[in-house]
Amino acid sequence: MAELDRRTLLKGAGGVGFGAISLAALKWGFNAPDRKQDPATCKATDLSDTQKRFVISNWPEYIDEDDGKYVSTLSEFEKETGIKVSYTADVNDNNEFFAKVSNQLGSCSSSKRDMFVLTDWMAARMIQVGWIQKLDASKVPNLHDNIIDSLAAPGWDKKRDYSAPWQSGLTGIAYNKKKVKEVKSFQELLTRSDLKGRVSLLTEMRDTMGFALLAVGADPAKFTDADWQKAIESMRKAKRDGQVRAFTGNDYVQDLSAGNVLAAEAWSGDIANAGDDNLVWIPPEEGVMIWADNMLVPNLATHKSNAEKWINYYYEPEVAAKLAAYNSYICPVKGAQEAMKKVDKDQVDNELIFPTEKTLSISHRFMALDEFQNRTYEKDFSDVTGS
Amino acid sequence: MATLDDVASPKAKRKLTGYWLILPGALWLGAFFVIPFYSLISASLFNPKGSPLTGYNMSWHFHNFVSAIDQYHAEIIRSLVYAGIATLTCLVVGYVLAYAIAFKAGRWQNLMLVMVIAPFFTSFLLRTLSWKLILSDDGKVVSFANWIHLTNVLHWVHLTSTDDRLLATPFAVIAGLTYNFLPFMVLPLYASLEKIDIRLIEASSDLYASPIRGFAKVTFPLSLPGVVAGTLLTFIPAAGDYINATLLGDPNTRMVGNVIQGLFTTQGDFANAGALSVILMVIIVGMVLVYVRTAGTEELV
Repeated sequence: MAELDRRTLLKGAGGVGFGAISLAALKWGFNAPDRKQDPATCKATDLSDTQKRFVISNWPEYIDEDDGKYVSTLSEFEKETGIKVSYTADVNDNNEFFAKVSNQLGSCSSSKRDMFVLTDWMAARMIQVGWIQKLDASKVPNLHDNIIDSLAAPGWDKKRDYSAPWQSGLTGIAYNKKKVKEVKSFQELLTRSDLKGRVSLLTEMRDTMGFALLAVGADPAKFTDADWQKAIESMRKAKRDGQVRAFTGNDYVQDLSAGNVLAAEAWSGDIANAGDDNLVWIPPEEGVMIWADNMLVPNLATHKSNAEKWINYYYEPEVAAKLAAYNSYICPVKGAQEAMKKVDKDQVDNELIFPTEKTLSISHRFMALDEFQNRTYEKDFSDVTGS
Repeated sequence: MATLDDVASPKAKRKLTGYWLILPGALWLGAFFVIPFYSLISASLFNPKGSPLTGYNMSWHFHNFVSAIDQYHAEIIRSLVYAGIATLTCLVVGYVLAYAIAFKAGRWQNLMLVMVIAPFFTSFLLRTLSWKLILSDDGKVVSFANWIHLTNVLHWVHLTSTDDRLLATPFAVIAGLTYNFLPFMVLPLYASLEKIDIRLIEASSDLYASPIRGFAKVTFPLSLPGVVAGTLLTFIPAAGDYINATLLGDPNTRMVGNVIQGLFTTQGDFANAGALSVILMVIIVGMVLVYVRTAGTEELV
């Protein structure tokens, strides 16, 4: 009996001990730490002088490529500087990319990249939590001399100390003119019955909800919760009716070309790049959303000087003109329109690359959101997008 | 005394061998199951007032479970329904196929088995994406389905939202799930059918059982371990899948996997994401326990 009691006692003690350790592990073992870093201390020694390399992540179809006789801007950069560029197009969505690097950057370990390109609001968020290195102004003179006025001083990086726009662009509407008659407004995308189930919108909340807000008569740069409710309700209705087929990242162009989608919310340059004459991009009646994607050098990047050379190179007017001629996105560099005369005469008056004052006057930006507003709105939005 | 030691030491060694053999598996499970499991439980009890940037603290916040069920019960139910239909379809299609391979294939048996496994040679993502081509709105499959009025039937049973297409509908998602998990059904079914002694089936017909009765009384009960293993291997991953709903569905076919992915990435709401994952896990474990008890098989495969 004594033997048995002792065994029960031991087992009981073991159980209690195991339980206590489990509870302690649950309570303290897995808390998610604060992600704020200090870019001044969380940095690596710059190996640019010894290693002529440089790793960049960018969005798909965002740079010109060698083609027969045509030498791309990237190849020329490599030739000119002797720096080998590993260019990867692995940014398909700002939030997705944030999730990809947040564990490393948030704990001050290397993201294995020397540069990535993110949209304004996400760039702002990363700079704010100290994940981004300050650029050495003396190494990027072209940036400060040549950046166009409308992009020179955003609220989140007033002197462009941390970021440099890669391209800027407009969000509007595209449709397949062979299969559907003219689409004029965002409202039509959400309501026209001949488009039912054949419309795709973007997962980028600030683009899509910007239009939804404009469509209900609110200003995306300054809206209230009540405006938001009205706008999201119109989206919910479109979802319930099966009007919207899909919410996508950069991959909507394939569905549009294949004819699965007849009309889509679209980024200006994508449609010009698609090389399909049946696809038309238009600014909808409600206005257009304007944004810029920014080159950023993350903490612990080991080739910062090379990255700065890259920025400086792409702010030479001729290089910028060449890139813009390929991309058809808004060129952020002064003097590029002049340089375009030499690069490609037909593009000098391309509204998508050098927008007129008139287009810029109907362009809208999305207001800055704090962390919790952001979550509430992202939640409402992702209940609509189903992602 | 020295002799005693000599006798004892090999015995002690033999005792330890077992532990050495367990070690790799135990380390593996410790690193990739036990630790993530604790981490998930911990996340499900995070204080929802945190954020990925400011960090999260575990505060025994059990209310997360209530709020997760409250907000996402529709997606949970939808996932179970889609996975259920896909599993049933897999069972019917897979059983016929496995039966054919086990008993009727003859010299084609190995080739057929290879063909079942062959899809694994290419990526899961690529195979799902190619369904977009197959089912595309202007494609031949859709026009054929229109012609035989399949699209109307599917619309009538609410598996599609319109009567003129297949892609971006619940039908497409369920078809994708069925296709992707079919091999997981066929292989265990084949394994247990192949083990059946053919003489038992012959005996049933000698005793004047009709082929249907023979199947119901002999073949099917003997293949039950395969049925149980196959349905589990299909249902469990199908219920948590989010790729098929992302690529083949539309905003109205969101499954619980998509919700969890969205909560973790775009919304950064770890508390609700953790709670929802735990709920899904509990539901599935519960269903599996009930199922295995009712099916009454001790051994799987």
